[in-house]
Amino acid sequence: MAQVRLTTRTVPVTRREILRFAGIGLIAAAAVPLAPGRASATADDVSAIVAERFGGAEPKEGRIDLVLPEIAENGNTVPVSVRIDSPMTTNDYVKSVSIFAEGNPLPEVATFRFTPRSGVAEASTRMRLAGTQNVVAVAQMSDGSVYMAKKEVKVTIGGCGG
Amino acid sequence: MAGVRPRVRVPKEAAKGEVVEIKTLISHQMESGQRRDSKGEIIPRQIINTFTCTFNGDEVFSADWHGAISANPYMQFFMTAEESGTFEFTWKDDDGSVYTETAELTVN
Amino acid sequence: MNKALTIGGMAAAAFVITGWSVGFSQDRPSVPPPEGSPLGELISGYEFRTPETQALQDDDFINPGFLWVENGEELWETADGAAGKSCESCHGDAEDSMNGVGARYPVYSEATGKPINLEQRINLCRTENMQAEPWRWESPELLGMMTFVRYQSRGVPVAVEIDGPMQPFFEAGREFYYQRRGQLDMSCASCHEANYGMSLRADMLSQGHSNGFPTYRLKWQGVGSLHRRFRGCNQQVRADRFGYGSDEYINLELYLAWRGMGLPVETPAVRQ
Repeated sequence: MAQVRLTTRTVPVTRREILRFAGIGLIAAAAVPLAPGRASATADDVSAIVAERFGGAEPKEGRIDLVLPEIAENGNTVPVSVRIDSPMTTNDYVKSVSIFAEGNPLPEVATFRFTPRSGVAEASTRMRLAGTQNVVAVAQMSDGSVYMAKKEVKVTIGGCGG
Repeated sequence: MAGVRPRVRVPKEAAKGEVVEIKTLISHQMESGQRRDSKGEIIPRQIINTFTCTFNGDEVFSADWHGAISANPYMQFFMTAEESGTFEFTWKDDDGSVYTETAELTVN
Repeated sequence: MNKALTIGGMAAAAFVITGWSVGFSQDRPSVPPPEGSPLGELISGYEFRTPETQALQDDDFINPGFLWVENGEELWETADGAAGKSCESCHGDAEDSMNGVGARYPVYSEATGKPINLEQRINLCRTENMQAEPWRWESPELLGMMTFVRYQSRGVPVAVEIDGPMQPFFEAGREFYYQRRGQLDMSCASCHEANYGMSLRADMLSQGHSNGFPTYRLKWQGVGSLHRRFRGCNQQVRADRFGYGSDEYINLELYLAWRGMGLPVETPAVRQ
């Protein structure tokens, strides 16, 4: 085997060179075929689903703590937690929380159904987000009232797709 | 779906009235139905669509999952410990498969 | 799974080239490099990830890589092949027998006159001792066993032999590392030596160490091997990819292990 002597100094790389990498990544990303069907849902789609499911009850603000990363490193696995302020008694509890992603091809992510036995109305999972978008949580209380919270998640996609 | 592996973590013991944390994880690709194969054909959706947790037969928590739930789905939630008994966890797959796991809780 | 979330592509297009910000802080935990290292300090890829990604690695229950560890553990105890043996038949309790093993691969093989890595060692056990079929690269079985065996060395510092018969292969690995390649004419060093801690598009470049492999990648939505990652890197600079277990990648794996000498094994790590 030929012995090639290589120095182990830092290889100079220019800013331009890295930007070229990024640029080609951009073109490649743009060429990726979109998901079948609609490109993405919209805020209106989510509002329509909420109106239909909860009998037109006007969602109120408050009571929902929607925990999401400000920036998600990869849209394939974005942690999401919801916690709703509720005594969780037989007479007053959270029946369900639905999570929606306004910018996904299909906006529905999950619905969690609680019972008074749950003790606290809190649940966590991991979801897929097709890019930077708003995530919406809608909680339905045992008295029929509906609460809503919304938060933006910036989804980055790796420079090194690998 | 073959090779599906559920994992659950619950405390072995709890005081009466204590709210205990329950964590579950299951190996599953959660094929979203939004992807195409190398021939451009849509890969049919195959996900776990429902998750249920009961304690001594009573439902504590359940979830509907859609294609946007990540592969190897994770679910964390809570329950008030009132009496000793058995958790039963059930995951239902689009293909009709049902995966189950149980865990015991002793309430002091 | 490797084409997962192609739907992310369009959204990404709107978000790129925000990069080239200096987001790197010098106070990350590090270990001293081996003698002759081009790096002033060795920093695990863990330190370059967001708190959310780190949290997935920190808890052995929520870390999905443990699904692979558990699969490997079952396979360890399962007899296979004409000899009717399992891994356990010869090696007993993996917790004892495999402790530290995963930290010192690749090793020199007298039989082949070149280094072999852990995947190859596992398959040699299968074909020679168990008289079983070798497992395919990236199969759930080989990834499960790899992850299980490497996990037995979690926390053990990476320590490979590079002298004696290993020396020419080490040199070849180093040559590969610094060789510019592909349409983008970039070497491994272009990103992982000259620019770690910098953002490339929205991704923060690490020092490119191998101590977390096989690793659970959010992008893959599963566990994958180091050679899968090599292939991804090569493709990303629009270069030819080499085969799983190719001499090129084995040599690179050896050189890369040396670059990360002293970093603890983190398998199963979680990365973006």
